[in-house]
Amino acid sequence: MTEIKHHLTDALLMGYAAGTLPEAFNLVVATHISMCDDCRAALAEFEAVGGEVMMTSESAEMAEDSLTATLDKIANAPSAPKVRPRTSGLFPTPLQDYVNGDLDAVKWRKIGGGVSQAVLPTSKGATVRLLHIPAGTAVPDHGHRGTELTLVLQGAFVDETDRFAAGDVEVANEDLNHTPVAEAGMDCICLAATDAPLKFNGLMPRIVQRFVGI
Amino acid sequence: MLTVAKDSAKADAAVALGRYGPEKACHSGVVRTKRLKKTDPAKRMMWVAHVVAIRDSEDREAFAELFAHFAPRVKSFLMKSGASPDMAEECAQDVMATLWRKAAMFDPAKASVGTWIFTIARNRRIDILRKERRPEPEELPWGPEAEPDQAEALVLQEETQKLGAALAELPEKQRTLIEKAYFGDLSHSEIAAETGLPLGTIKSRIRLALERLRHVMK
Repeated sequence: MTEIKHHLTDALLMGYAAGTLPEAFNLVVATHISMCDDCRAALAEFEAVGGEVMMTSESAEMAEDSLTATLDKIANAPSAPKVRPRTSGLFPTPLQDYVNGDLDAVKWRKIGGGVSQAVLPTSKGATVRLLHIPAGTAVPDHGHRGTELTLVLQGAFVDETDRFAAGDVEVANEDLNHTPVAEAGMDCICLAATDAPLKFNGLMPRIVQRFVGI
Repeated sequence: MLTVAKDSAKADAAVALGRYGPEKACHSGVVRTKRLKKTDPAKRMMWVAHVVAIRDSEDREAFAELFAHFAPRVKSFLMKSGASPDMAEECAQDVMATLWRKAAMFDPAKASVGTWIFTIARNRRIDILRKERRPEPEELPWGPEAEPDQAEALVLQEETQKLGAALAELPEKQRTLIEKAYFGDLSHSEIAAETGLPLGTIKSRIRLALERLRHVMK
């Protein structure tokens, strides 16, 4: 893996540590952290903050038979949790769990301009999809009503801000209008999450949007 | 710890340490513990030893001590996140039962016992209150070592100790927002709606708090 240049923001790491992000964002964060040691270390720090907040705050009185009840639970369900096997393939384990397999298990749907997508099942509040952008192809010029996270899994794309290669994550908000273009050479595969529909700046993409649900 | 400042914002070396604000009113049924109670590294290493004793010899006495210390805090955390007292009691028991079952996976060179329990409680909260899956990062290929290095573990426990002290010394306004961000199950915009503070103010206070923590941890 080449060196990762674009990382998660503090707000996203803190939200993931606190457990307050929508599920779709959690998936992008967990997948990026699987690929990025810097963000893994930063997450450990935000979790430590959570632990200290919990430890230095109030405590609530437990029920009288609480310890006994807990020991009963332990006695009745003693099986150790299974450790997931290390992944082989393109997708890190958290993403494989949502795809039910690796790249060859993805059910792609064409959304125009050569681009294909596969929406992954998550709870409401935000959506997450895999995008397949053929080498040299542009995703239509668009802006964002909310936040859009785009994690590159294979290949690379370039937009008005920078170049994003495998492992890089772009965090876009309302301020950014961009036209991501997949680099020549290798098709680009991304995992993208949004908490609001994208705003396409051309008429045709807007019409297409109604049908494909981006 | 807390040295990976992505936005490269460096804490101002001259920031004076904040004073403690007025204590908040007690929630009903919730006992306020002393804000600045020190949990020194030796005590933290004792909790680590307790988890190891559960892993190696299913030590019930060690578990009872861990339970007495941590379960009431987990319950309070869950109640503040919106769980009813009954549900929080039930979940706190589940969290402590998970600690027993996963004792072999605890790595004291990576987390303090408090941090680890916090992550178990957080996942349980997402599971129960939001009924969602929680995608977790891939385990590192080497996984937790069979017998983690004591020295490494001690360093980690000391750093977490420092972090706790730094957190306690944050100005009240900043600490309150950090607590809300972790406890309330609220996004920053939801905190804005709840407190009536502008989103920008909330973001900048949290950023300031993180800068101070990073400065202390440097």
